[in-house]
Amino acid sequence: MSFFDDANLTKAREIVARYPRAKSAILPLAHLAQDQNGWLSQEAMEQIAELTATTPADVLGTCSFYTMLKRRPCGKLVVSVCTNVTCLVVGGPEVLDHLEHRYASEPDVTVEEVECLAACGGAPALQVNYEFHERVSPSSAEEIIEAYRSGTLRARTVSGASVA
Amino acid sequence: MPDLTPNGATGGTSGGTGVEETRIVTRRLHDRVDDSWTLDGSLASGGYEVLRAVLAKGDAADVQEQVKLSGLRGRGGAGFPTAQKWSFLPPNSFPRYLVVNADEGEPSTFKDRMLLELDPHQLIEGITIASYAVQCNLAFVYVRGEFALGHERLTRAIDDARGKGFLGKNILGSGFDCEIVVHRGAGAYICGEETALLESLEGERGMPRIRPPFPAIEGLYAKPTVVNNVETLSTVPHIMQMGGEEYAKLGVNRSTGTRIFSVSGHVNKPGNYEVELGMSFRDLLYGLAGGIREDRKIKFFIPGGASSQWLTGSDEHLDAPLDMDFVQQTFGVMLGSGAVMVFDETVDPVLVAWRLAKFFAHESCGKCTPCREGTGWVEKVLYRMSQGLGRPQDLDLLVSVGSNISPGLVNAPFVQTTICPLGPSAVSCVASIDKFFRDEVLTRLSNDAGVHA
Amino acid sequence: MTTTESDAPEAPKKTTVTVTVDGITFEAQPGELLIKAAQENGVYIPRFCWHERMKPVGMCRMCLVEIEGGRGYPPACTTPVADGMVVHSQNDTVKQIQDGVLEFLLINHPLDCPVCDRGGECPLQDQTLAFGPGESRFVEEKRHFPKPIPLSELILLDRERCIQCARCIRFADEIAGDVLIDFIDRGDRMQVLNFEEQPFDSYFSGNTVQICPVGALTATQYRFRARPWDLSTAETSCTTCSVQCRGAVQSSSNRLVRLLAVDSEPVNHGWLCDKGRYGLEWIHSDNRLLEPQVRDGGTRREVSWPDALDRAADAIETAKELHGADSIAVLGGARGTNEDAYVWSVLAKGVIGTDNVDAQLGDGLPAEFVLGMERAEIADLDGASAIVLLDHDVRDEVPVLFLRLRRAMLELGVPLVDLAPVAHGLSAHAAVVSRRVPGERITAAVHDEITRVTEGRDGPVVVVVGRGNLAAGADSVVGVAADLARVHDVRFLSTLRRGNVHGALDAGLTPGFLPGRTTLDAGRDWFAERWGGVPAERGLDAEGILRAAGDGKIRVLVLLGSDPISDFPDATLARRAIDAVDTIIAVDAFESESTERADVFLPCTLWGEKAGTVSNLEGRVQRVGRKVAPEGTAMDDWRIAGELALRLGRDLDLATVDEVTDEIARVAPAFAGVTSDIVESARDGVVLPFSAHAAEIVLRTRDLTLMADDGAGVSWDPIKVEGETPAEPVDEAEVAAPADAPPLYEWDGHAAQPDPPGRDAYALRLVVGRALYDDGRLVSEVPLLQRLVGEPELRVHPSDLARIGVDSGGQVKVTSTRGSQVVAVRSDAGVPAGIACMDFSADALGAALLIDARQPVVDLRVESLR
Ligand SMILES: Cc1cc2nc3c(=O)[nH]c(=O)nc-3n(C[C@H](O)[C@H](O)[C@H](O)COP(=O)(O)O)c2cc1C
Ligand code: SF4
Ligand code: FES
Repeated sequence: MSFFDDANLTKAREIVARYPRAKSAILPLAHLAQDQNGWLSQEAMEQIAELTATTPADVLGTCSFYTMLKRRPCGKLVVSVCTNVTCLVVGGPEVLDHLEHRYASEPDVTVEEVECLAACGGAPALQVNYEFHERVSPSSAEEIIEAYRSGTLRARTVSGASVA
Repeated sequence: MPDLTPNGATGGTSGGTGVEETRIVTRRLHDRVDDSWTLDGSLASGGYEVLRAVLAKGDAADVQEQVKLSGLRGRGGAGFPTAQKWSFLPPNSFPRYLVVNADEGEPSTFKDRMLLELDPHQLIEGITIASYAVQCNLAFVYVRGEFALGHERLTRAIDDARGKGFLGKNILGSGFDCEIVVHRGAGAYICGEETALLESLEGERGMPRIRPPFPAIEGLYAKPTVVNNVETLSTVPHIMQMGGEEYAKLGVNRSTGTRIFSVSGHVNKPGNYEVELGMSFRDLLYGLAGGIREDRKIKFFIPGGASSQWLTGSDEHLDAPLDMDFVQQTFGVMLGSGAVMVFDETVDPVLVAWRLAKFFAHESCGKCTPCREGTGWVEKVLYRMSQGLGRPQDLDLLVSVGSNISPGLVNAPFVQTTICPLGPSAVSCVASIDKFFRDEVLTRLSNDAGVHA
Repeated sequence: MTTTESDAPEAPKKTTVTVTVDGITFEAQPGELLIKAAQENGVYIPRFCWHERMKPVGMCRMCLVEIEGGRGYPPACTTPVADGMVVHSQNDTVKQIQDGVLEFLLINHPLDCPVCDRGGECPLQDQTLAFGPGESRFVEEKRHFPKPIPLSELILLDRERCIQCARCIRFADEIAGDVLIDFIDRGDRMQVLNFEEQPFDSYFSGNTVQICPVGALTATQYRFRARPWDLSTAETSCTTCSVQCRGAVQSSSNRLVRLLAVDSEPVNHGWLCDKGRYGLEWIHSDNRLLEPQVRDGGTRREVSWPDALDRAADAIETAKELHGADSIAVLGGARGTNEDAYVWSVLAKGVIGTDNVDAQLGDGLPAEFVLGMERAEIADLDGASAIVLLDHDVRDEVPVLFLRLRRAMLELGVPLVDLAPVAHGLSAHAAVVSRRVPGERITAAVHDEITRVTEGRDGPVVVVVGRGNLAAGADSVVGVAADLARVHDVRFLSTLRRGNVHGALDAGLTPGFLPGRTTLDAGRDWFAERWGGVPAERGLDAEGILRAAGDGKIRVLVLLGSDPISDFPDATLARRAIDAVDTIIAVDAFESESTERADVFLPCTLWGEKAGTVSNLEGRVQRVGRKVAPEGTAMDDWRIAGELALRLGRDLDLATVDEVTDEIARVAPAFAGVTSDIVESARDGVVLPFSAHAAEIVLRTRDLTLMADDGAGVSWDPIKVEGETPAEPVDEAEVAAPADAPPLYEWDGHAAQPDPPGRDAYALRLVVGRALYDDGRLVSEVPLLQRLVGEPELRVHPSDLARIGVDSGGQVKVTSTRGSQVVAVRSDAGVPAGIACMDFSADALGAALLIDARQPVVDLRVESLR
């Protein structure tokens, strides 16, 4: 039984073929798995192990190192709010605080605190599924998220791929 | 549409101050705000002309020579001379790889993201020329995972460039083949460290390698490898266009040319500014970045990304030139990744120190005992202190713990008990509050509630 | 020849470098790691992550040193020595760094030393006691994880105690090749873990417990069983298989509690397999029979030793008188010591006069080949021009040899020519793969490939040869060996797995041979003189004995620690034989399907309860240690033989085991010179014949100790026995057999190779190997290992499965010339089409009921059950 659907399985094989060594494809395949499934499940890791000629423990070891790979189901929208120093001194924590409370019981939105997003020129900054939004305030941040929820803004996948 | 204007790309000449940017690497993205990232935009503004000329000339050694003459030093943080790095590749050992470091994660640095999003073709041209120079046929770009748009635009640009014969087999009829694979990270600052990056690219946990062997000898897949930063490679076509000697006329001393500085924090006009090296911090912060909000004073600023030790708003510090060697030798700080974070007098330095320590503790790969355990310890103590739960001995404790990670707490180049400089970077903040705010902090600690409050 | 001053050759160019560490100056090999060179010259630089059998990672940072003229503090474990290097590992700055690292390791470490298995032999504890400050500067909350979680049935992990040295992970990956554990997460949340639902089931997992510097990894078998300071230790060899890894066996209150690996350079490199490590409990099984028994009427009852011995001797004597010595046979002997085997040889061949003696039970190779082949040592793998592997189940049969093979291939780059009938753990790295069809010969193309991969490489071709397929006759294996020996410069490394089978063969427990690798014919006079007689003619091997027994020609059958019904591949034949014999004398520790029918049961001692020597698959003779007193009245096998000899009218005059060892050295040609003294003092034992290996001898300078000079426990670092080459090299002539001794037998390269029957398109040819965790006694008496026994199944190629018309996991009916059975079937792309592969087990589901010893190969008909 394949975790990847047919189209993605083909894509996965293409990705593996890009590299001199198959193991290099673990991260791109993990992204692909999240694009398809919204998070990185055990089944996904098992198939990645198979495709890259490694073991599931090896894939888990690699994937668990990286914060973007979600080993538990998460919301369809992942909101990453920076609170690193530049954002810290211009209101980042307040944005985070507001969003965490606002979406505490909304399973489709996962709010997380993240490290510097390389958007300090537009601090405070956040990403929604890796789309940047800068110079946000608690209220404008909420408006942005609501725009995604209502479909006014089109969200990327949980791993940040654009959706055609 | 979300606001996709890259922060700071719109910075520029500052009204009335007479201080100006020197735009070389950022020229196109200012000139062609609407399409700088597209193939058309690139071609319309001289894109790939240098590549064509270099390949037509057919002299790889000349590229190396021009880069050497230019005095170009790496823009990723360590400032290592680029031509020298290339020269370490053992002759006659193939395959070899060029790996582009686009992992930009150093807090407050946001220049590479801009270059990826707004001028990917310039980078591709730089990669192709550099690959030609070092005789590599396969290059990898390791793009920070969070840069979804940058990744997308770069991938698209590579396809477009290949379509025009700027990449792939027999580029522009020269017989030279070069392919670029874009590899997306997945959220780990340490993967910006070059050997951790290589591990990550090999599908491993991003843990730095023991050196030697250095990547030039045994890098990616144990093959000779050059790792260069995005800005470094984006500069290469311009060096080839200007000629190395001409480029070296820009800048000061061994800090030649221009660099992009990412200015953030309490300045009125945060953003990326490309300036000739040698300009003073004062001109950068006041002349270009518009001075401090509400005309406040600078309490302290961090001159080279989160890893650097700090400077203050004193004249001595503000008048110092943007010269990598000067600031290192004079103040023991580094220009690092070219980020300048500015904090006005309302800011609690302990809070900033804690947040930086938290960052490093979160990003420590966990390989070295002092960094794995020490960064967490420092973070916990600083957190208590920032919350008014300090004890009088805590500052000295921090300095002592810090010294066990970085003996003597010296910055740039670090002395370290760890494999990579992340561990010592984590205690730059400790050294800095001890250096500049010791009295203030000690006074506070003596009034604090202590651990068990 | 003497050299005078004037014609002395010029001093050779200096090939070593001079290094000074903490004021001690010494010579070292260029490229050697500083930490190792220093250690060998008396400076122990503290470490946690570095282990000398694995690649350095430099991550714990405990070994940082200062090098004069260098910048910073490089780790001694990753820094190669260089000429003129001056190193400080104990000055104030370095001490400060070491204290700092210790403090960092302790801040999140639980203070549960009193209940930690590592307590008392923990470097973290030792160094903290020695150097640590009295109180902690860490007032924050420690990191918490749920207390021990199982990584597997055998291994538990306490993540709070882990110091992230990665030794376990590196072992699993680098040494064992079982990437089943890894670090997950990062920074100070980094922890060792397996993939959920995929336990750390490596045959070698126990090594991770031994090399874990702290008590993070513990063994379910040993957990809370003892404290290190209460244990007493004996050096020994494990005899679970014929690699005979060196070990240190430990007991507490007369119970064996732990077996640790000792690092022997020629043999096991400090590793053990889990079966050897955790199987030692079998000797304490409640199922053991500890008193002699004899059958009266229908039932057996306990009697005194004299009564039991009398009864056995009577049966032998009567049979000999009425039916001749040939009516008596001895099966087994591969489980005891060389001394056990030798005295049983004397009893059978010298006293009783029967040559119907076999230590192999139809699952081995002809003694002519094993005793006479050109032998390789394990270390020859490292320098081989190529390794030819004939069997697929090396990891299961002789596990630590698998590790040595893996190392030779992956680390030393020796090309592997994989001729096993089905794919296995090393196939992915093989230079040449050619799947050998059971019964068939090697093709010219394979010879060409071997020639190709060895081109430009020195060293012999080492052929790793055993009986990896119990469903094909031994003759075809010898045939392949003969083919290889004809074309290439080969040496053979045997993988016959039974613990001391090589010792038993060397001691004469095989038809046609006398002790010391000499034939019955060649040694007749020599032994007749020393023993008072030898059999007139060559006797029967195991298969012959069982056949003769089935035909009523064997009246007394001695089962010397053997259970033919479950050991002999063809269970049908064995069962028939056992049922037909008049008197069975069992020398054993357990009741089995065979010993159940014994008329006399003589309880014998087991490994751990007896001293003596054993010989491994290289023919390396080493001592095993006695650690606990035998339970009940169990007696050493050799003593039982001596007692029986006495009752049959011959006093062998052997009072101690050393006297037996010394007699073997005097009498058995291949053992010449291998006295109890030399075996005791030679650190790595003696490879037979001694005269050919005299140059390899290393004499002990200090016995095994698990404590360092400063009293710190060292069991987590390679445990070594210190030794040096003798000042006076051993004189080969002195340890050679006397001139009039019979010659050692040499294999003439002859092979009777029957042509296998042609294959019909519908049959699958059967390959039956051994699984590590099988239905053998050592597994079945240890509940912990018993749980690891796999379900029997038939593995076939997907295309065959499709043809048969069943799904993987379904049931099929298989039929051989012996009968039919229903078994589970699984698809396995590693099995070539036309082959069916199965693990051996004697129960109704195993292969024993399908194997037909009369046939050179077994072809199966496989049908779906629809
Ligand atoms: C912890 C750490 C993080 C780093 N992150 C980056 C990064 O994000 N981008 C980068 O170009 N270099 C980074 N570096 C520096 C690289 O290791 C390397 O020096 C650089 O990519 C070389 O390119 P250059 O010579 O062109 O500067 C980092 C170094 C360290 C120690
Ligand atoms: S210093 Fe920290 S981040 Fe760098 S290798 Fe060591 S543990 Fe990893
Ligand atoms: S022993 Fe050298 S770093 Fe661990």
